[in-house]
Amino acid sequence: MSVLDSPRDLRGDHMTYELSHLRVLESEAIHVIREVAAELERGVLLFSGGKDSAVLLHLARKAFHPAALPFAVMHVDTGHNFPEVIDYRDRLVAEVGAQLIVASVQDSIDNGRVVEEKGPRASRNRLQSVTLLDAIEEHGFKAAFGGARRDEERARAKERILSFRDDFGQWDPKAQRPELWNLYNGYVKPGEHVRVFPLSNWTELDVWQYIHEERIDLPSIYFAHQREVFRRDGMLYATSDFVELLPDEESFTESVRFRTVGDMSCTGAVASRAATLEEVVAEIAATRITERGETRADDRISEAAMEDRKKEGYF
Amino acid sequence: MDDGKSTLIGRLLFDTKSIFEDQLEHVEQTSKRRGDGYTNLALLTDGLRAEREQGITIDVAYRYFHTPRRKFIIADTPGHEQYTRNMVTGASTADLALVLVDARKGVLEQSRRHAFIASLLRIPHLVVCVNKMDLVDYDQSVFDRITAEFSGWLAKLDIHDVTFIPISALHGDNVVDRSQKMPWYEGTSLLYHLEHVHVASDRNLRDPRFPVQWVVRPMTDEHHDYRGYAGEVASGVLRTGDEVVVLPSGRTSRIASIDTYEGELEEAYPPLSVTLRLEDDIDVSRGDMICRPENRPAEAREIDSMVCWMSERPLSPSARYRIKHTSRAALAKVDEVRYRIDVNSLHRDKDANGLELNEIGRLRLRLSTPLFVDEYRRNRVTGSFILIDESTNDTVGAGMVL
Repeated sequence: MSVLDSPRDLRGDHMTYELSHLRVLESEAIHVIREVAAELERGVLLFSGGKDSAVLLHLARKAFHPAALPFAVMHVDTGHNFPEVIDYRDRLVAEVGAQLIVASVQDSIDNGRVVEEKGPRASRNRLQSVTLLDAIEEHGFKAAFGGARRDEERARAKERILSFRDDFGQWDPKAQRPELWNLYNGYVKPGEHVRVFPLSNWTELDVWQYIHEERIDLPSIYFAHQREVFRRDGMLYATSDFVELLPDEESFTESVRFRTVGDMSCTGAVASRAATLEEVVAEIAATRITERGETRADDRISEAAMEDRKKEGYF
Repeated sequence: MDDGKSTLIGRLLFDTKSIFEDQLEHVEQTSKRRGDGYTNLALLTDGLRAEREQGITIDVAYRYFHTPRRKFIIADTPGHEQYTRNMVTGASTADLALVLVDARKGVLEQSRRHAFIASLLRIPHLVVCVNKMDLVDYDQSVFDRITAEFSGWLAKLDIHDVTFIPISALHGDNVVDRSQKMPWYEGTSLLYHLEHVHVASDRNLRDPRFPVQWVVRPMTDEHHDYRGYAGEVASGVLRTGDEVVVLPSGRTSRIASIDTYEGELEEAYPPLSVTLRLEDDIDVSRGDMICRPENRPAEAREIDSMVCWMSERPLSPSARYRIKHTSRAALAKVDEVRYRIDVNSLHRDKDANGLELNEIGRLRLRLSTPLFVDEYRRNRVTGSFILIDESTNDTVGAGMVL
């Protein structure tokens, strides 16, 4: 068991040389990012425009400051995006001065690599894995940084910080490399790569508290706003051109915010009036439902939905 | 052997309100479907399909919970002997180890093995939970007998802070709140103990060690001459103006500044990630160690070590492995297998000439290039290393410098 103390001020207590738990998590993440950049030749940071990837990008900037990022930023674009997120992505990438690669699911469909799902419940979520793996292969990336956390989902609770992928992009949860102390094994052969999760030990609340402390810019959809939505399976979804309504479903306007950012077709909203960062952090601290349980249709498919997608090469 | 580990973790999460409604609902549904007589909190922690099917923990899983006082990360590791490597993995980063003893069965081989691994990995604090007290009528004499027997075993090990707590994970006795059913027990509940155990002093603040991970060279007009050495402080306290020596070159300089994204710091201590600039323009690269001239790690071409073997392919005495230590890599050859230790009896088998999966032994390694090491007992960062198989790239060994 690891124990993280929370002294009053974030910077730490200089008399006793203790660091706040957020500083310990920050330092661990920076250490991982530097280690991978140093040991693996071609890295890429996977950026969805969501809060976790925003934190990841922020940490990567800190890791190499005052130099530029030594790797590119890649967005796997389902084409079913919230426009606010694309605006945010472009603004942020310009500010950081990073190189942006967009890997498009639409291209994968057009090239016949994947077949679009049909019907009112169609989603491009699962198709992303193919687009992602193709892009990793095309660019020859050896390391792909992602913002996934172990507290998100029970299959993720088992994942290493450096998670090995074979040349089919597969994750084998039963044959993971042991990971000890802060020593990471990034050796890969041609065709193989590692996924790197510097935020492994962060919880959702840690992420929000850190965003608050560091004043990290986020897409506007994370804050309460009026939006046209419809109700399905007990969740609220944004009405858009990408989703067909079922006969008994109706659009209505509600004050909502999003807790996660993904494909518009499978990311649910929560009814909320929390319009500022402080209000959102307070709501998150009080919530009794996990972010994926509340807002992600993609995890509701089966008991092991995430485990199955991860084995195929998902984020 | 079910000594209630998953139930205890489930109980800690449940009673600290760290379980979310959808997770609980999921566990309730699954328990009902499986025909469990009660809400099986163990189902919370089994993440993989194979684990749920077989009802066992295969790999280390990490769980997170917090109380108003502290944040905790639980490394949930399987207990069977064939998972010793997973236990070693979980133990490598732990501040505190929890070992469970079944009150009905007393101190079994498994509990002794867990305590040995905790001491080998030098986890500073050990808590022995005597579980299933409800099944022995909350009898004090059972608890006292187990405490006495286990203490005898612990005396052979190098553990300084040990606490015994009688609990019932199933019913929650002494887990979060003091139990009414054991008035004879005068100690605190498990959670109270976890919230108050003093961990800050476990870090090494005496020996400044800074392994260089990355050289920051912006090469922009604004930062034309900037050259910084990025890394995480492994131990000790570094201050601006300190005289330092860089290993292996042996060149000396002073710390000109300790840089972070937010600005300069006066001092840096573990585990801060910072960037150091030196006053003199000397050659420093990844894998170098910055320390104080009068307090240096050993420059080792040979190391005496305890190694836990983690691979299905046995360690062979003539083999060559990659070794990773701090930010430095080298090649290592096994010069001698001095003995293999029986993790259950602590017996040393001096005739051993290799190590199989999950075995622990004392090895002398010869290195292709020097590493800058401290004894593991003094420094968990600069005293630890991993061995990597050159052909498969797997991590095959976890080592501690003696």
